[in-house]
Formats: sequence, C-alpha cells, structure tokens
Amino acid sequence: MTNASASSDSRQQQLSQKYSLLAGAHDEIFAATGVAHPHCDYLIKALDTLGSQELTYRSHEARRLIHDNDVTYNIYSDPKGMGRPWALDLLPLLISSDEWARIEAGLIQRAELVNLLLTDLYGPRTVIKQQIIPPELVYSDPGFLWPCDGLTRADKRNLHLYAADLVRAPSGEILVIAERTQAPSGAGYALENRIVLSQVLPSLFRDAHVHRLRSFFRTLRTTLGELAPRHTDEPRIVLLTPGAGNEAYFEHAYLANYLGYTLVQGSDLIVRDNYVWLKTLAGTQKIDVILRRVDDEYCDPLELRSDSYLGVPGLVQAVRAGNVTIANPLGSSILQNPALMAFMPKFARHFLDEELLLPNVETWWCGNPNERQYVLDNLENMVIKPVSPKTGPRTLFGSEMSTQDASLIRKQIKAQPNLFVAQPSVAVSTAPVLADDGTLQPRHVVLRSFLVAEDDTYRVMPGGLTRVSPLSNKLMVSSQFGGVSKDTWVLASEPEKEESILVPAGRVRTATRYDGEVSSRVADCLYWVGRYAERVEGLIRLLRVTQLRLSEEWIINASDDYCLVQLLRAVTQQSTTYPGFVGEGANERLTHPETELLSIITDHSRTGSVCHGLNGLLNSARSIRDRLSSDTLRVISDIDQHVWTLQKSTRVSINDTLDPLDNLINSLMSLSGLINENITREQGWHFLETGRRLERAIHTTSLLKSTLVTTDKQDTEAFLLEELLQVMDSLMTYRRRYQFGMQLDNFFDLVIHDETNPRSLSFQLVKLTEHIEKLPVREAKARRPLQDRMVSDTLTAIRLATGKTLANTTESGTREVLDSILGKPLKILPKVSDALTTVYFRPEEQPHQLVQTRPGENS
Amino acid sequence: MRYRITHRTSYAYSTPVSLCHNLAHLKPLSFGRQSCISSNITVDPLPATMHNWQDSFGNHSTYFAVQQPHSSLTVTAVSEVLLTPQSDLLDSASSTTWETARAHLQTSTDTETLAARPYVLESPFVTFTPELTEYAAFSFTPGRPLLDVVHELMQRIFSEFDYDSHFSTIATPLNDVLVHKKGVCQDFAHLAIACLRSHGLAARYVSGYIETLPPPGQEKLAGADASHAWFSVYVPYLGWMDFDPTNNQMPINQHVITAWGRDYSDVTPLKGVVFGGGNHNLEVSVDMARLEEANN
Repeated sequence: MTNASASSDSRQQQLSQKYSLLAGAHDEIFAATGVAHPHCDYLIKALDTLGSQELTYRSHEARRLIHDNDVTYNIYSDPKGMGRPWALDLLPLLISSDEWARIEAGLIQRAELVNLLLTDLYGPRTVIKQQIIPPELVYSDPGFLWPCDGLTRADKRNLHLYAADLVRAPSGEILVIAERTQAPSGAGYALENRIVLSQVLPSLFRDAHVHRLRSFFRTLRTTLGELAPRHTDEPRIVLLTPGAGNEAYFEHAYLANYLGYTLVQGSDLIVRDNYVWLKTLAGTQKIDVILRRVDDEYCDPLELRSDSYLGVPGLVQAVRAGNVTIANPLGSSILQNPALMAFMPKFARHFLDEELLLPNVETWWCGNPNERQYVLDNLENMVIKPVSPKTGPRTLFGSEMSTQDASLIRKQIKAQPNLFVAQPSVAVSTAPVLADDGTLQPRHVVLRSFLVAEDDTYRVMPGGLTRVSPLSNKLMVSSQFGGVSKDTWVLASEPEKEESILVPAGRVRTATRYDGEVSSRVADCLYWVGRYAERVEGLIRLLRVTQLRLSEEWIINASDDYCLVQLLRAVTQQSTTYPGFVGEGANERLTHPETELLSIITDHSRTGSVCHGLNGLLNSARSIRDRLSSDTLRVISDIDQHVWTLQKSTRVSINDTLDPLDNLINSLMSLSGLINENITREQGWHFLETGRRLERAIHTTSLLKSTLVTTDKQDTEAFLLEELLQVMDSLMTYRRRYQFGMQLDNFFDLVIHDETNPRSLSFQLVKLTEHIEKLPVREAKARRPLQDRMVSDTLTAIRLATGKTLANTTESGTREVLDSILGKPLKILPKVSDALTTVYFRPEEQPHQLVQTRPGENS
Repeated sequence: MRYRITHRTSYAYSTPVSLCHNLAHLKPLSFGRQSCISSNITVDPLPATMHNWQDSFGNHSTYFAVQQPHSSLTVTAVSEVLLTPQSDLLDSASSTTWETARAHLQTSTDTETLAARPYVLESPFVTFTPELTEYAAFSFTPGRPLLDVVHELMQRIFSEFDYDSHFSTIATPLNDVLVHKKGVCQDFAHLAIACLRSHGLAARYVSGYIETLPPPGQEKLAGADASHAWFSVYVPYLGWMDFDPTNNQMPINQHVITAWGRDYSDVTPLKGVVFGGGNHNLEVSVDMARLEEANN
C-alpha cells in the first residue's frame, strides 16, 4: 500500500515544512524548519516521499507488530499498567558516524572508570583514603553493601555491564545525565525496536547504512560465558528475574530467549555446598553465571535484606566461595549514585591519569556544605535527585515546584544533606515524533547506551534505546511515566556487511537451553495455564448459549423458561459466583438476569468471573513467557485485548459482550491448538494437559450435575439437552449419530461414556490418567499411584453405569444414580489437584528467617 | 583473668528442616586488653560446609549450612579468652571537648579517623529522630569534654530506663524505647549510639559477654551468664572507648568482645534461613567461667 498519488507532493512538503522547532533546544534531526542536518537529509527526504498518510499506516503496522510480539512494559502506579503495550515512534534517532566515534570513546572510558571505582570501593578504598571523595558519600548510600566488601577481585574486571543516559545540551555538547550499573535494562527493548522498525521501514533501513545490533548481543553472550568460574565448555547461565510483576519482565523473558538462557526466579535456585543449583523436577544443575535483574540487596535473605522473597539464601556465600559469578556483581548499585558524577573528572585522573572524555551534567552533592548552600540558594533552577531510589522522593524540578514543595524539599535537604544531589535543569535536545494526526512534533529525547565488557575493554551497542518525553515542554523522560521510545540508528560510514537477520524472541534455541527440564514453579504455571484456559472456555460456552436463549424473542420472563432457568443456575454453579441464580435473592435475579450475567462476565474483581479467570490465565502464561512461541504470545496479547474490551463494556448491554466472547473463544481455541502443535511432548506439556483435562472433567461433571440431577419438567428437557450439547460442542456429533431426536440415554452415552468424544467425561479421565503417568517420579513415590488410582476408580464406576441407569428417575424427580456417579469425580478431582500441588508444585517450603538471638535475653 | 565462654544456641523445629544457611559472629576478637586463645564452633547436626573469614569491620564471621533433614539445630561456641586488666583506662582523661572531637572527625585525614567516619552516620537500627536528638542535647552543653558527655549519657540511660526483657523486640523502634524508657542492653546501646551520632560523633555497637557474679555466699549457676551489648565512642587521640549503659560502667575486666559494627544488624551473633521447619523454639545459654590458671 503506497500513496504515490498526484497530491502527494503538497503533502510531502507539509510534513517536514510544518515541523516547528522548539525554541532554546537543539534538534537532532532538523537544523531549521524544513532543513535537516546533513546526516538526516536522507531520512527526511524518504519520509517526505512516503507522506503522512503512509507513515501513519506504517505506524499502525508497528503497533500491530508490538502487539503481536506481546511487547509490554509494566507501569507500577497504574492499576491497568500491567502488560501495557510498549510504545515505539516511527522516526528513528540518527547519529552520524563521526559523532558516534567520539561518544563511543567517552562511554568506554566512563565504563572503565566505573569498573575501577567498583573494584576500589569494595577493596582498598583509595578514593576515600586519598580524600578524592568524602566517605559519607559512600557510606550513607544504602547501595553500599557492607557484606559484599572484599568480594571484588583486584585482578579481574568486576563490572560487566554498564549503561548511561545521554542528552544533548543547547550548546550541542553530549552529556551523561545518569549511569546504570545495578542491572541495566533496556537493551532488549532496543533490540525489539530495531526488529519492528526494520520490518516497517525496510527499504529506508536497508539504504541508510545503519550499524547492526547483533554483534553486541553476541559479545554479551561470549562475555557472560567466560565469566564461569569453573572451566567448562558449556557454562550454565541463568537470567534471574523478580517475576512477571516487574516493570521490565518482558525484556527479561525476551533476553533469556534471545541469549538462550533459562529464565529463573529466586525460588528456582538453591545454594548447596557453596554452589548455586537450578532446581528442576528431574534434579538439580550447577549454575555458573547469573545475569541479574533482581536488585542486589534483594538477592540473599541471609546476608542482605532479610525480608526479601526474591533472592536465594546463601548466594553471597556462593560468590564468596568463588563458585558463581553474578553480572553485575552484588553491591554495584552504589555506582548509580549520581553524587559520584561530581567526581568523575577526579576519578579519571586518579585511576587512569587521563582527562574525562565524555562529561556529565554538572552535579552538586548536598553533603558538601558549600555546594548545599549553593543548591538551596538556586533551587528554582535545579533538578533535585535522591542519591538512590531507596533514599528519597523521585526527581523534582525546581522550576515546577510549588512554594510548599520547595520548602519541604529544603527541609529534607537540610535534615539529610548526604542523600540529595542537584543538577542544573538542561534544555535537552528534541527530535520529531509522528503525532496521532500525522504531523511531526518536537519532543525531548534521552538516549540510553549499553556497554558490555569485552576482553580488556568494553563494547558499546551501536545504537541504543531512545526515550521521548510525553509532552514537548516536559523535561522528564522515563518509561515509568509512560514515555514513548525510538529506535536509534548509528550511521556507518560505509555499508556494513549483512549479517544473518535478527531473529525475534521465541524462535531462538541454542544448545545450552534445557527445555525438557521444568522447575516446580514452571510446572505450576503450566498446570494453571491449562486449568484457567479450560475453565474460561467452558464458562464462556455456557454463557453464550445462555445469552442466546435469553435473547429469543418468545422469552418474556426469563424465570418462566425451565431451560433458561437451569442454564442460569448452571452459570452460577460453574463460576462459583454464589448466591447468583441459586442462593439468596435468586428469584429476583432469575427474573432480570442481565445485570448478574454482565457482572459474571466483566467484573474482574469477582472471583469466578470470566475476566477474573482470564487475568489468572494471563498471569500464569506471562510468568512462563520464555517458554511460549511467538505465535502463542500473539494469542496471549489478543486475549489481553479482549479482556480490555470486556472490562470497558461494564455499563452497556449484555448483548455487547457477545462479540468479544466469540473472539475469546476463538483465541482460546487458537491457544489450545498452538499448544498442541508447538509444545514438545515433555514434562511441561504433561503438566499443562493435566490441568486442562482435570478442569474440563470438573466442568462437564458439574454442568451435568447442576442441570440434570433434579428434574421437574421432563417433557421440556429435550430443549435443555440440546442446549447442553451446544455448550459441550457435541450437538453435531449427536445429530449425526442419533437420528431419532433427543434421548437421555443416548445423551449420556455421548457426553459421559464415549471415550472417543474429546468432550466427554470419560475421555478427560482417560487422558488425565495417561498424563499423570508421564509426570516425573520424585522421592515421594507413594503419591503417583494414589492419584492414578483415584482417577481410574472413578473411571471404572462410570464405565459400569449405563446410559439407561443414569437416566433413571425416582418418584421425587431425582436421578440418584446420576447424582452418585457424578459425585465421584467432583470429590476426587480436587484431591488429585491437591496431591499434584503437594508433590510437584511445592516440593519445598518457602525459606524463612530463624528468630535471632538478642543479647541479654537468655531463655 | 582467663575465661572459658560456652555459648549454646538451640533451635527445635515442629517439622523437619531440609536445609539451613547460617551466619554467626561468635568468635571473640583479639585486641589490646583482650586476647582470644582459642575459639571453636561446633554444630549439631554436622554441617556440610563451614567457612570462616574476617568481615569488613574486622570481626570473625562464620557461615555454615546443614543440608540433611533435621529437626533440631545446636550451635555451640567454646572460647578461651585472656583479659589483661587495664585499670588505667578508667583514669584516662581527655579534655577534648565534644565540639573539637566532632570537628576532628570531619577534618582529620589520618587512617584511624577516616575509618571511624561510617560510625557517624545512621544505620539500619540507628536512625535519628528529633526526640532522640533533643534527649541527647541535655548532655551536650557547649565546651564540655566529650568523655564527660558520654559518662553522663551512660548514667542517664542507666538511671532513667528500666531493664525489661518483655517490652521490646528486635523490631521495636528506638523512639518507642525512648518514650517508654524500657528495653534491654541492645536497646540502650542503640539509644546511646543514636545520641552520639546525631551530634556528629562516631559511635559503634559492641557485642559480647559479661560475667555475672552470684550474690555473696551463693554458688554461681552454669549457663546463667548472658550475651551482652554496649557501645564504644571514638575519642580523638585516645581511640575507641567502651561504655556499658546497662551497668553504668566502662567495660574493663568482665566484658569480652565478640564483634563490633554499626549496629546489631552487622554483628548478629547467630542468624539463619531455613527451608521447612514449621514453628521453632529457641533456647540460649551462656556460661562464662573463670579458669584455674587465672591466678597464675
């Protein structure tokens, strides 16, 4: 789809001509309105040729790709912030090769300095002894971890990863405004941005001679491999994440996949014999290197923060024993203290006897009395930052402070001067972004650059993650505030040799990956993906049939239609949303069922509702996203979208939910199809299928029990049977097989006994037995036969009861045999689930702290 | 005087523990008046791994892990320590005013003073509040010698606060201790440290043992001694001087030091993380016995 129409010329003119530069700030792309910087000329010409309409179309295309890859960024403060789609602007930020060479050299020098500082601070501390920095700067930062003192190696490079946020001042000078050493994030997003943009603007990208990112990740992989303390050809490396709730969880899973590492949480690891081990259901494996995305102080509840549940008890000792390397090492968060930037020129002379190549923004540490006074005297021109996110409020702009805020911050600075730094407010440079109306708008930009150690130096990613301020007059740029990002194109002076195409997440498999081995946590998640997917699908099928009957024009009063009443009662029982159509107030609700139905569909805070179940599914699935294929991730992203649509329809008619519910059924069917086609038949798959079969067995049993055990209107029951067959997706089969209309014994044969019908109860139980047999055997040997027998006994009882006996009705209108036969799985299946949980999902209790002895308190 | 100190800590669990990691500061230090002749930690059941090292504050740290299922854990530290009485310490006089000491800390660049700088700052268990600063201010009159100030602080805490082992826990904020005027030796040490640090002075937490003598005419009961805590203040040119606010004395002859740090969190005698275990019961006994050779 191109727009090479006759009118495009005038539109082309408009796009770059209409862009107005922000006064007082440098622009990265334009030298003046309509005039691009020389190295950006090509880009602007190309964009003008495409025109605003085409660009908007491509921008939608980018958004679709991001959605399809389920690229998300979680915003903590936003209740709807979990799984928020990543935002990418279509226009890349361009950097000329000359300028990049200078930036690169400066970044390498800074990374080296920070590395030397890390080694020094946790070693001889010459910077304190020789009075290069005041000791308080280090000791009052909670990021200085005393238990890690002495763990750095003087003979080795200690800092493996480094990132810096760069801005351009009005003078044109590039300045560092922040450094990231704790667990620098964003490289994965930069890679994803590149993949998306190179797909959306393929010819532009190809012709622009852009440096590729792939080599950076190859170096990262090599470097991490070489960090293994023991000599081995196949070092085991894991990426440690806090979990699916973390802001950058997408990136953790993405990078783990891209680099071929196992994604783990603290509870997946254990320290024994001073080594770190990965726990899988098949046994444990020694881990050599941990790529850390958990903040260092949370990494070991024994020696660091005792209240942490994200870490691994004994991890510090494993490091001390030299048996594992952590990148970046524990304790490196101190290096992010912005006060250190004030001393960078001195560090350069102290450690390297060099001048600092790449300056940072001027920084005043309030711990120094003179500087503090200067800051207080010029507060309105300052940006005030806490030395660490742990010590204070977020960044404050003097120019935006109310009088009240200003006096509060003054008080705080005076009370705890060591904990604050100030920097001048810089009019950061801008770059054009494509606005929703198809025009170009200036926005402030910050570039995060990434470095990884390589041999005796560092390698800089030729590119980076450019983030954009939300509004042109807003200087704050942070993904946490909902900013947009850009791809960053570092232009090569000559075309770079084409390397193999970047492969998106989910398609990379390397030799060091051990897919077959799942940890308890992963097994648990897979099991619940199976259960939630089936639970929601079953409930939606029932709801859909119920709603369609409700909308039949001959239904005037819902409570008068026997069939509808039985369906509504089944809805309450299936979803366990009592009292609903069963308990107190049921008659009222049966007369006007719409409100209750709407709530069962859309109220995500109501346990048992469709949206509640879907959120459970999304959480479980995203917790193991590194194990899902990219197609599966797209379906997950679709489901997320449908949940949104449903939740938005709270105030509208019940009928508005039909479409989204239909879409959901489709997505859930795709999910189960993909899982069947894409997951290898290993442990993980058996856990997933166990969950699915178990849930469908419960669902079918409870549906039949709630609708057919008691019957007062056998004459109209045929309609009900038809609806039930519809719910169980077996109506066609029934009609094909039995030509003579609805008969209860035939019905039971099909939905209960027929072991070839994938919707029948027996089918579920047969499959369940098969899957349980394939689950790994753990020490608790007695458990599995028990689960087996529970299920097979039930199956035998069902086989012995014919369709006719099940249909028998007593005088009081109760089907007692049916009741007792269906009672068995309802009693047994939850026990099977409990047994699985005990044996597989919680093989060990959570670690906890021992009561500590206090002096003077003998018991 | 020569002592044998036996410090036994036992945990009994309601369900078995599959794995435990522990960190101990139980081996006495050697310095000036105190020399540690021997110190051994035994763990029952036998730990799979045990490692000793010197931590950042100069203390003996011990890590160990028990990796087989167990329902109780007993850690016994037996140490022999020789104390050389230095009664002249009690007479040590220093006319250095607290203001001079404070200025000295801020400006002096000798190794010892620089090393004292971390102890001027807040730490996990020692945070400043206006109430604490105000309580301390009473003793910080202008131009007063630092040692006078500290002696008075010690005395005030001793006389104004009740020793009450039921009032506070590890988690009790210092301000509550100040408001209720109750606590244990640990609280009093932290309180005094906060008073000194909030006035710009360096103070550290000292963990150790104190010998308790039976009332005249009675036999001493084994295991009745206690682990103990007090504080130390940095006095320019003199060095670190210890004060025990629980007993209103300068620890010289009956105090044995195991570790010092910014506060309790740096030198916890024994802590651990266990997998499993259910509920657990803790029992501690300390015995500080004079040895025969003492008279030699």
